[in-house]
Amino acid sequence: MTDAAGQVLHSPLESRHAALGARLIEFSGWLMPVQYSGILDEHRAVRERLGLFDLSHMGELFVDGPEAGAALAAALVSDPPALAIGRAHYSMMCAADGGIMDDLIVYRLAAERFLVVANAGNAAVVSDALAERLNGFSAVLDDRSLATGLVAIQGPRSLDALQPLTDIALIALRYYAIAEGEVAGIPALIARTGYTGEDGFEVFVELSRTAELWDALLLATRAHDGVPVGLGARDTLRLEAGMPLYGNELDRDTNPYEASLGRVVKLAKSDDFAGRSALEKVARDGPARRLVGLVVEGRGIARHGYPIHVGDRLTGQVTSGTQSPTLGVPIAMGYVAPGDAAPGTVVDIEVRAARVPARVVDLPFYRRPG
Amino acid sequence: MVPADLRYTKDHEWVRIDGDTATIGITQYAADQLGDIVFVEMPDVGRALAQFATFGVVESVKAVSDLFAPLSGDVTSTNPALTASPESVNTDPYGDGWMVRIRLSDPGQVDGLLDAAAYDDLVAAG
Repeated sequence: MTDAAGQVLHSPLESRHAALGARLIEFSGWLMPVQYSGILDEHRAVRERLGLFDLSHMGELFVDGPEAGAALAAALVSDPPALAIGRAHYSMMCAADGGIMDDLIVYRLAAERFLVVANAGNAAVVSDALAERLNGFSAVLDDRSLATGLVAIQGPRSLDALQPLTDIALIALRYYAIAEGEVAGIPALIARTGYTGEDGFEVFVELSRTAELWDALLLATRAHDGVPVGLGARDTLRLEAGMPLYGNELDRDTNPYEASLGRVVKLAKSDDFAGRSALEKVARDGPARRLVGLVVEGRGIARHGYPIHVGDRLTGQVTSGTQSPTLGVPIAMGYVAPGDAAPGTVVDIEVRAARVPARVVDLPFYRRPG
Repeated sequence: MVPADLRYTKDHEWVRIDGDTATIGITQYAADQLGDIVFVEMPDVGRALAQFATFGVVESVKAVSDLFAPLSGDVTSTNPALTASPESVNTDPYGDGWMVRIRLSDPGQVDGLLDAAAYDDLVAAG
């Protein structure tokens, strides 16, 4: 996504990233830090201590009104009215054919107020589709994507680092919960969510206060031996945690059941919703392919697009892959035929000219201790 | 400033000439651009490399990059330490991070490589 003039969008923290020595790249239409000290160093900091992330590119869509919950139940595959106030869940927006338009987090802020967080690259598509799908409901969409700053603090020390800066009792804030309060004197929404597989928090503020928030959180992060973290380590962290990335594991040609995320689709809800009949059919007949975790057992790293074979038969392809910094072996996710999706199945991944053996494993690759 | 006793290519490889043997690696600039290197795929000993053809692959956490032979010759050895410690390419690219050694089949090609000053100019020009 770029703005109306097709220009790249800029984080309010860009000059800070540059001063920290970050390498900036264009990602989903935004110029964002891909790394500061190095992906491995940043990855390990989040697993062992903590890291600070600029997520200003994410889309923030507020939905208000007496029928806000019902409208979202019709727009998304999940069941937002079932959320207690102050809780959140993972969701998806699907097209009529069941294809995934985006994966989302839905937070219930009040009885009649929800926050939907979309991927940067899909924020405009989701915003347009939500506006259309809210038609006929007593609910109003307020797209605050370009008016909201988002900074995440993630890692085992994140609670200790963040607590002195906020009036919210973080120990009482459950995983996938959200509360309204102040951080460093700035009005904020604090959510106990993230994309790293570690404990951590995401802090939403008015865009104009983002730099102030970042400065306070960076001081606290440094005081706990943490570092700023770019999109490179964000990708390796989420991959170890078995979390899908839109554009890699998920896209318009993929449905939630193929992505092994059928649990997110609430067919039991009474509401009709976009994609329902197509998704009911997939739930009944079974998906045509399945997303699996793969541990490469030979030499080589499986990358996006590499073919996967069983014997002489092509069964699918890799969607994401890297050398796992935590496990020290190459890991990947990819789609295979349903019959090849059982853990323990041995496949061959075509790495350039070679066939490299890999084994199907349960996701996630990494689960945090405790 | 890169080591003055080496020769360079515009593909950011370095070459150390010792008689009819050349030791080859990638420059600090290349290693920095790739980021944390986690895997180096090298040719088999005995393989004949043609100048400018790909002879291997270096992978960082994020990216895959081809290695191009700076000179023609037969591979006489590859760096066995890179299997266990590919990060040497980042930390000591001109020393422990060397990649392959070849016996030159056309020593005259050396004259076409960049010297240290020319390579520094290339990097400075971006």
